[in-house]
Amino acid sequence: MSTARAAAILLAKELRLEFRTRELLNATVVFAIVVVVLFSFAFDPTPAESRRYGPGLLWIAFLFSGSLMLHPSFAREQSNDTLDALRMAPISSFAILLGKMLANFIFLSLAEVVLVPVFAVLYDVSLAGIVGRLALVLVLGTIGVIVTGTVFSAISAHARMRELLLPLLMLPILAPLLIAAVESTAALFSQQPYLDQTWVAFLAGFDVVFLTASWLLCDFLMEE
Amino acid sequence: MKSRIVGSAFAAALIIFAGYAALYIAPEEATMHEVQRIFYFHVSAWVATFTAFTIVFISNIAYLTTRGQRWDSLGVSAAEVGIACCSIGLITGPLWAKPVWGIWWTWDARLTTTFIMWLMYISYLMLRSLLEDPRHRASLSAVFGIFAFLDVPLVYMSNRLWRTQHPQPVFFGGPNSGIDPTMLKVFLLCMAAVLIVMIPVLVDRYRVECMRNEVEELRQEIELHSLDAQSQSRPVKEAL
Repeated sequence: MSTARAAAILLAKELRLEFRTRELLNATVVFAIVVVVLFSFAFDPTPAESRRYGPGLLWIAFLFSGSLMLHPSFAREQSNDTLDALRMAPISSFAILLGKMLANFIFLSLAEVVLVPVFAVLYDVSLAGIVGRLALVLVLGTIGVIVTGTVFSAISAHARMRELLLPLLMLPILAPLLIAAVESTAALFSQQPYLDQTWVAFLAGFDVVFLTASWLLCDFLMEE
Repeated sequence: MKSRIVGSAFAAALIIFAGYAALYIAPEEATMHEVQRIFYFHVSAWVATFTAFTIVFISNIAYLTTRGQRWDSLGVSAAEVGIACCSIGLITGPLWAKPVWGIWWTWDARLTTTFIMWLMYISYLMLRSLLEDPRHRASLSAVFGIFAFLDVPLVYMSNRLWRTQHPQPVFFGGPNSGIDPTMLKVFLLCMAAVLIVMIPVLVDRYRVECMRNEVEELRQEIELHSLDAQSQSRPVKEAL
């Protein structure tokens, strides 16, 4: 079976599993909203201040909710030893990882689709005219979070204290992504919105580097 | 044993002499005066840090390709030594920055990169301590180590594009860079001294790690034997 087809089947399985209960999605969305609301107490949310701190706030909320959301991705498989079944299937280990990555990408994107309008209303940031460009930045940033996060979720699933370990592994590595994502979002939230090509290219580069690394190293992640 | 004592004494003498040279032999710097003397150990600590973390990266790749337990031991030893050197750099940096820049810390490219790198390698050690199965520990931490090392240039680039205050490179940094010849000699001496101290520490740490692995293997073997002995001594009826 080709990798793409295997990954698509695994993606369908992940989605079916999640949409039976929607536990993960609901918790992620609520957590992200809590972060956004708490930030309004940390600084004075006037329109000028919001434009300055808003992009950082938004991405911190995404990174934190991502680091919580990615944990069950592999831990869920461990509780019933279903990862062994996946390993035994005649598919490449990258297909398993890719299926998970695609599913996590969809989950985090859905959370973002809910969170961005809520953020825009609460902090009085106008999204008119920048939706398409903002979507590009969000997609590139989310891919970076998901690729590294899914790999580290596979790593931390074998460890003790894995809930705590995953953010510890993931957040320092995402520092460059955070800078690039915040800067390109800030350019879009400014008075004259524009797409900062340097940072968008940086985001794309980050995604390519870590996607390639996870493709090269996925066999070691999946071994028994 | 004797050669190790001689070696340690030589390393100690060298580092003391390097300290003397940095404080008294090197000429005074034009604008920063005495404060600049911290440079000799600050930059040497960075050289040692990068050497150590590069060794971690190489041993991570070597472990994944050869599966030799020794590479894993070398990786963890170099990571620990690297964190120690990195801490020295992170402590001497603010001590130098306060009198010269007027602030302890600034979020500039090199400072931020080093800080993030320090955090990542601490995560690497924490990950290792939380993975119980030795095979998983070796291969999964190697994957994380490779990711961390790949991230270092990205952290640097992102901060470089963003904001930078750290002085431009002194060596190979353009027409107005470069230092006094005596300063250069003292600097090379300090760098050699730091590396000569670092390498025996690394080798010793590596030996300890190998011994630890050996003890672990022997313990497992003993457990296996005692289990065998128990099952053999049991009466047949009970065993059935």
